[in-house]
Amino acid sequence: MEDMIIATLERAMVAGTPLLLATTGEIICERSGILNLGVEGVMAMGAVVAFIVTMTTGEPWLGVFCAVGVGMAISILHAFTSVSLQANQVVSGLALTMLGLGISGMMGKPYVGKPLLIKMDDLAIPFLSEIPYLGKILFSQSPFFYLAVFLAVAAWFFLEKTRLGIQIRSTGENPKATETQGINIFRIKYLSVMIGGGFSALAGAHLSISYSKSWIEGMTAGRGWIAIALTIFALWNPGRAIWAAFLFGFIFVVQYLLQPLGISPNFLSMLPYIATLIILLLISFKDPRRLNAPAMLGEPYKRGER
Amino acid sequence: MKKNKRLEMKGISKSFHGIPANRDISFSIESGEILGLLGENGAGKTTLMNILYGLYQPDSGEIRINETQVRINNPVESIANGIGMVHQHFMLIQNHSVLENIALSHKDTPFFFPNLRIREKIEEFSKSFDFNIDPAKKIWQLSAGEQQRVEIIKALLNGADLLILDEPTSVLTPQEIKELITILKKMKTKGHMIIFISHKLDEIMDICDRVLVLQKGKIAGRALTGDTDKKSLARMMVGREVVFNIKKEKLERGRQILSVEHLTVIGDKGFPALKDISFDVFENEIFGVAGVSGNGQRELAEAVTGIRTVRSGSIRINDEDITNTSPRHIYDQGVSHVPEERIRFGIAPGLFLYDNAILKQHHLKKFSRRYFLKYEEVKKHAKKILNDFNVSAHSINSRIGNLSGGNIQKLILGREISEKPQLLVASHPTYGLDVGATEFMRNHLLELRKTGSAVLLFSEDLEEIFELCDRIAVIFDGEFMAILDSGDNRLDDIGLMMAGSKKI
Ligand SMILES: Nc1ncnc2c1ncn2[C@@H]1O[C@H](COP(=O)(O)OP(=O)(O)OP(=O)(O)O)[C@@H](O)[C@H]1O
Ligand SMILES: [Mg+2]
Repeated sequence: MEDMIIATLERAMVAGTPLLLATTGEIICERSGILNLGVEGVMAMGAVVAFIVTMTTGEPWLGVFCAVGVGMAISILHAFTSVSLQANQVVSGLALTMLGLGISGMMGKPYVGKPLLIKMDDLAIPFLSEIPYLGKILFSQSPFFYLAVFLAVAAWFFLEKTRLGIQIRSTGENPKATETQGINIFRIKYLSVMIGGGFSALAGAHLSISYSKSWIEGMTAGRGWIAIALTIFALWNPGRAIWAAFLFGFIFVVQYLLQPLGISPNFLSMLPYIATLIILLLISFKDPRRLNAPAMLGEPYKRGER
Repeated sequence: MKKNKRLEMKGISKSFHGIPANRDISFSIESGEILGLLGENGAGKTTLMNILYGLYQPDSGEIRINETQVRINNPVESIANGIGMVHQHFMLIQNHSVLENIALSHKDTPFFFPNLRIREKIEEFSKSFDFNIDPAKKIWQLSAGEQQRVEIIKALLNGADLLILDEPTSVLTPQEIKELITILKKMKTKGHMIIFISHKLDEIMDICDRVLVLQKGKIAGRALTGDTDKKSLARMMVGREVVFNIKKEKLERGRQILSVEHLTVIGDKGFPALKDISFDVFENEIFGVAGVSGNGQRELAEAVTGIRTVRSGSIRINDEDITNTSPRHIYDQGVSHVPEERIRFGIAPGLFLYDNAILKQHHLKKFSRRYFLKYEEVKKHAKKILNDFNVSAHSINSRIGNLSGGNIQKLILGREISEKPQLLVASHPTYGLDVGATEFMRNHLLELRKTGSAVLLFSEDLEEIFELCDRIAVIFDGEFMAILDSGDNRLDDIGLMMAGSKKI
């Protein structure tokens, strides 16, 4: 029993890692006022690129690097349509998802089902990993896990405690006022969208070279959409995203445990979205201002209109 | 960076959708000069300054700095050219703190921990200019006057050589205006250039060296303040003689309309913003509330109109208890509201002018049938407001956000007044109106009074308060320091009462 609990929690951490990465990226992006529904597609692109590069070169970190690069590059498409062309962000984001899923499926065809021989080993942190229970759950994980937590904390620091962070948040709140302060909000938005894309791709890389160590089409399995729900669930705060992502990771794992007990898997996979709805309701009842959504999220900004 | 010593705009023209807002405007300003910019609502002042600040591109004409031609494509470039601007409508991020708002634009903001460094700067600055602002507060918790001060700090901290102030004094108290003027004069001796837009001729005469008058987008005249007077400036601006003529008749007050008893309201900061306030307003009466902004005026107006929850006490209209009922219900009892922040609470900027002409009234029989609006009636009504209240707009089909500041205010006033309310709650009703329009609106308020309405008037403009009100309450820190008849000579100490050091 004890072992099972530990194993479950351990796997919850693993399952939460890609969610946390993608959520952190989406938070940065949405804080600048751009809604990016392309997470799922970019994640798939990241997964396939990381897998192919790792397989052919034998260098997993090079795979990660390339995945992030491709993720950022393909996100420029979304930035271009939604920032430069001021198009509808929902449509453009959905297009990005379809594009990403399509291209990754095509690129990955020859690699389907091939196992990855070069492993990215788990990293046990000296001393800490020897703490009973906790050591196993938190300190002998894949490097992606530590990276995800570190990046989420860093993103919080970046958004709250740096000048560029203030500029990004201001852009999402009131692009016009931000622009009159001499800030190039187009640059800020492009940057934020690209950072978000990089994070999504990183999440994908984790899936293909660390989590399942293989590639099949559709392996992202809706995680991109969960990340978008998580962004709201975490109220656009990367700090809150940490525990929220692992909570959702836990729900993910529990699905497999409860299935044999006769609970419908469909119901279980609904859980993350239901949880998001409940949280939103609770907060809106208490104090809508706490919702903290960027005021101009999803609104195209046209210069020269007042 | 090279110092910006002389700036010239030459032959500037700009039109929106084929309708000219600026036509062939030329002027120059030199180091150590304060230039006043005057003109009726919609004359094109803000447009001209937005061109200078890089927000709009002129259709023709050029800008020269230190005798060399420059192109200013966006605010980044204008700031780099030493131009700073305090906008007519606050350019602040409501959900951010004062610190974050200032850190956003400040040139020397460090990359890491920007707030720490900026806090020092603000505190230093606030002390030397007596601006009393808590930098950790969020903008939405500040009153209009306080927000205005943040804007001024922001621009001054950036150390611009040329400072554009678009109606900076509209919501300041006389005391604050004096302080601002001292600051501006100090800047002038240090060699700064200042372009100062205001509708208050006294201020213009006081601080400006030269005045440029715009009328319908064209230059209608120039003058040295030394060689002219208020009357001729007003004439240049309106194109006819302006008679400052406000007639307040003596009237017996009628029935009680509004009765407020032991009202306590919690402000946005979580503390009581109004503490046990009681007063009545009667028919044929204008009841004025004077005070420095941020002392509970906004909360009082919001409580009476139903936008803010009342903690304890009661509000009655015509003897019916309306405490904590819905704004719609209160509106239906005949209470109209001209809010303090017109852009945020008075209009829906993205909608058309005719939509905005019936905000809050769409459910009335005359404008709707079941689920449908009677657009014909709505448009007729909008046209009538435009006519009756001299709103200058291209057509009722334009987006209201594109109107000039003063014309938006006129539309709101027209909408609220034309319904012949039992009680009009008006905050700074003439904020941003030109002299002609101000006179016109004040007469309208007096007309309301005469026809039996009650008016609850909030204003920081003491002249307005004295000119219009029958009784005057002075508010400080959520309490009334006094409620006096307008003739009472104890009102000589109104300054002391507003500062909270005297209570009657
Ligand atoms: N972005 C825009 N789109 C369309 N029309 C505009 C726009 N900006 C200004 N206008 C029009 O240009 C004219 C001049 O407006 P402007 O704001 O410059 O007036 P103003 O002199 O500042 O008036 P006020 O004293 O009321 O602030 C107005 O008729 C206004 O409707
Ligand atoms: Mg203006």
